[in-house]
Amino acid sequence: MIRITGDLWLEDRPLARGLDLTCAPGTWMGILGASGVGKSTLGRIVAGLPVPARLQGTADVTGAVTLMGQQDQLLPWASALDNVTIGARLRGQRPDRDRARALLAELGLAGLEARRPAHLSGGQRQRVALARTLIEDRPVIVLDEPFSALDAGTRAQMQDLAARHLAGRTVILITHDPLEAARLCHRAVLIGPAGSRALPLPATAPPRALDDPAVLAAQAALFATLVRPCAA
Amino acid sequence: MRSLNLALVPLIALALWQGVVWAAGVPPFILPGPVRVAQALASNAAMLAEQARFTLANLAMGMSAGIVLGVVTAINLALSPAARWLMRPMLVAAQAVPVFALAPVLTLWLGYGAPSKVVMVALVVYFPVASVLFDALMRPPPALADLARAMGARPWRDLVLIRLPHALPALGSGLRLAAVQAPFAVIVGEWVGSSRGLGHLMLMANGRGQPDLMFAALALLAAMGLALFALAGAVQRLTERGRG
Repeated sequence: MIRITGDLWLEDRPLARGLDLTCAPGTWMGILGASGVGKSTLGRIVAGLPVPARLQGTADVTGAVTLMGQQDQLLPWASALDNVTIGARLRGQRPDRDRARALLAELGLAGLEARRPAHLSGGQRQRVALARTLIEDRPVIVLDEPFSALDAGTRAQMQDLAARHLAGRTVILITHDPLEAARLCHRAVLIGPAGSRALPLPATAPPRALDDPAVLAAQAALFATLVRPCAA
Repeated sequence: MRSLNLALVPLIALALWQGVVWAAGVPPFILPGPVRVAQALASNAAMLAEQARFTLANLAMGMSAGIVLGVVTAINLALSPAARWLMRPMLVAAQAVPVFALAPVLTLWLGYGAPSKVVMVALVVYFPVASVLFDALMRPPPALADLARAMGARPWRDLVLIRLPHALPALGSGLRLAAVQAPFAVIVGEWVGSSRGLGHLMLMANGRGQPDLMFAALALLAAMGLALFALAGAVQRLTERGRG
């Protein structure tokens, strides 16, 4: 269960006001908003990372969190396998290399375990990052635009992979992409300095097919909502 | 192409040198030609080798000590805020002080033998290594710092698995800097006061009117410096392997 209420301030400037985000256990919540309104900051607050901004309100997060960001955060000098096991090694625990290998194979990276990030494609790197997120096996996961740097086809594949492997977990999905929210989220909110509001999504359970008419309609509606604040 | 000019340029320089000596008739007590210097090298080979061994040994010991102490200092500073508070101003101040000026003091305290030279070299190597490595250890890429925090890393493990590997190229350039400074330090140490070594030999040969021997010692010193620089360059390339 995640609940964030209040206003987000950067010094004396409001980033996002009237936040009232509730994410029920086992569901995906999308956070949308223009650049610079503090979407990533909210993700970092949920993940317990330091932020430059100040939340005037409450942030309740139940359960251990792991974060997957837009940058893959891979160690450039380490192999794919060593990158997957980095969490355990950083904590001084025994890394479960068999599980890491199995996860990489499940994500379609069998045979690439020894490759360094520089020798992997953008999509492959994000798969390694996803494997690293999955091996941590935490109930709450923050996805901060993890697929935004990928080409459209790879992005759709990664969305499917993430949806399949993170099903049943509590996920905060920070995204610019209305289609991504429409496909993957149970609920979504738009945040901004004027306030935050819930966005309409299809009633069916995610993940939804790319060509589902309800998804496309929701995408169009979300786009209209995103455009309106600028037009006003 | 590159290796070709590396081989050719010294030959051209030697030819020019010999040419100037012949054409201008420079007296050999001002500038001996390369042939004379080569003769001096050959006829004093055993003695030169012994002096060179002394200088090289001090250089190697001083550099090893300076590098080890510099790395240990940087790691300690990176792990301990208290050590940072205490040592950082000293590290900054030490960079502004010309360490070479300490040579007479070191000779006064440690005598004319090897220890004063070893300490001199170690000091000159220590500060760039310590400060360059420390700076790099304190600036891991933000994404990797987040990763360490989000994973609940222990400080020591964070250092070994993330910060140190990230800082290796910086350590490599620190070593390169040290390799340039160290030969200066050992020669200055020998000039200020020594009973052995190539620097000492240069002063002696100069005083005795043996410029060919002086140039022979100088040639050995230059070769030593170049070899050290090449070694440091190789080490630096090694630290940058597998990046990008």
